[in-house]
Amino acid sequence: MKYIDEYRDKDLILKMAGLIKRSARRNYTFMEVCGGHTAAIHRFGIPSLLPENVRLISGPGCPVCVTATDYIDKAIVLAETEGSIIATFGDLMRVPGSESTLEKKRAEGADIRVIFSGLDALGIAEASPDRRVIFPGIGFETTAPGTAITLMQAKEKKLRNFFLLSAHKIMPPAIRAVIKDGMKIDGFICPGHVASITGSDAFDFIPQEHKKACVVTGFEPLDIMQALLMLINQINNEAPKIEIQYTRAVTPGGNGIAQDILGKVFVYCDAEWRGFGIIPSSGLKPGPEFEEFDAEKVFSPAVRQTSRETLCICGEILRGVKTPSDCPVFATACTPLAPEGACMVSNEGACNTFYKYRPHG
Amino acid sequence: MCLSIPARIESIEGNMGVVSAGGAFFKAGLHMIEDPAIGDYILLHAGFAIQKISEKEALETLSIIREIDEASG
Ligand code: SF4
Repeated sequence: MKYIDEYRDKDLILKMAGLIKRSARRNYTFMEVCGGHTAAIHRFGIPSLLPENVRLISGPGCPVCVTATDYIDKAIVLAETEGSIIATFGDLMRVPGSESTLEKKRAEGADIRVIFSGLDALGIAEASPDRRVIFPGIGFETTAPGTAITLMQAKEKKLRNFFLLSAHKIMPPAIRAVIKDGMKIDGFICPGHVASITGSDAFDFIPQEHKKACVVTGFEPLDIMQALLMLINQINNEAPKIEIQYTRAVTPGGNGIAQDILGKVFVYCDAEWRGFGIIPSSGLKPGPEFEEFDAEKVFSPAVRQTSRETLCICGEILRGVKTPSDCPVFATACTPLAPEGACMVSNEGACNTFYKYRPHG
Repeated sequence: MCLSIPARIESIEGNMGVVSAGGAFFKAGLHMIEDPAIGDYILLHAGFAIQKISEKEALETLSIIREIDEASG
């Protein structure tokens, strides 16, 4: 496929690996912020191509993984309400709430439908005027513009039965939280698809304020290998900055149309991230002109504050403090078919990825 | 869900289009794309095109990678 195959050239990948080995003269720890990168890195076996002194750790950029238990509980409360249809991305179905999951609720008879885009959820609302359709919107800057367009259309069509339960989040405050945590990280593989919307400018603060190396990176193996070499060179030259490796999709300023759409529909709010707690101004919720679609505001779904007993260490994995192999139930009591934590559910979750590509898989 | 894949615009009707990737066809919102045209490649994410892919930059990246490689022998 165009824009994929040419970045999977085996000879070039191996040559890049040799070059990385020769360039790496000390220990380097890099965080790949985005779950899409975690998945690509393991899928293509990149860790096995790297010398021991180049270490990769995964970060908080998997929207399903960082979704708080409370949020799932709210979606479940709304699913249980008479007359509701929940129209959700499939990934949310198996994320454990404190007592149940959307998947279990569906088996018990709740009307929960899997959709691929916010516009599908809107279509369901139009087709079922006597029902109330709730769309649990999750995702970062990449996904939020689509939700914003969906809300603009709901307003245009004067739909009264369509609601967004927003858990949309933005990436920079989470990276700040990771840095504040104090983990030793030399540089960041910055999220390429988030940056295609925000522009690389959104990550300027990392080298400027924190003197850490930064490369906005694509998702094919050659992209990742080139980015690692760029990161190593920045550090060897003691010149941390933001570089764009993924120039075919990312510019410094990003997608201005998408940014305008986001600004029209959403306002910033404090948001809860699994592993981090509340991060101020890290979430997006419908602004004053779109409040009528805000499920949180319209229904105030109340959840019981029960915390489930669990050995899950997702929170620490998302902060880069631990890896899935540190978890006592990884690949035993917790597998993709019976996930104990959110990081095992999502295809971009570190636990799911480590499980799929583990040596004896 | 976070996946975005390169896809080619096959047809356009208003703000919506049909795009293809690896032999499969998908509906895609084109609201965020400046002057979308048939034959353009875009990144498809959760039912929306989020950005045009620049052919020129794509070739440039590959030639940089090949050059680094040759320079290092
Ligand atoms: S393996 Fe399962 S229980 Fe352990 S941290 Fe990952 S998701 Fe949580």
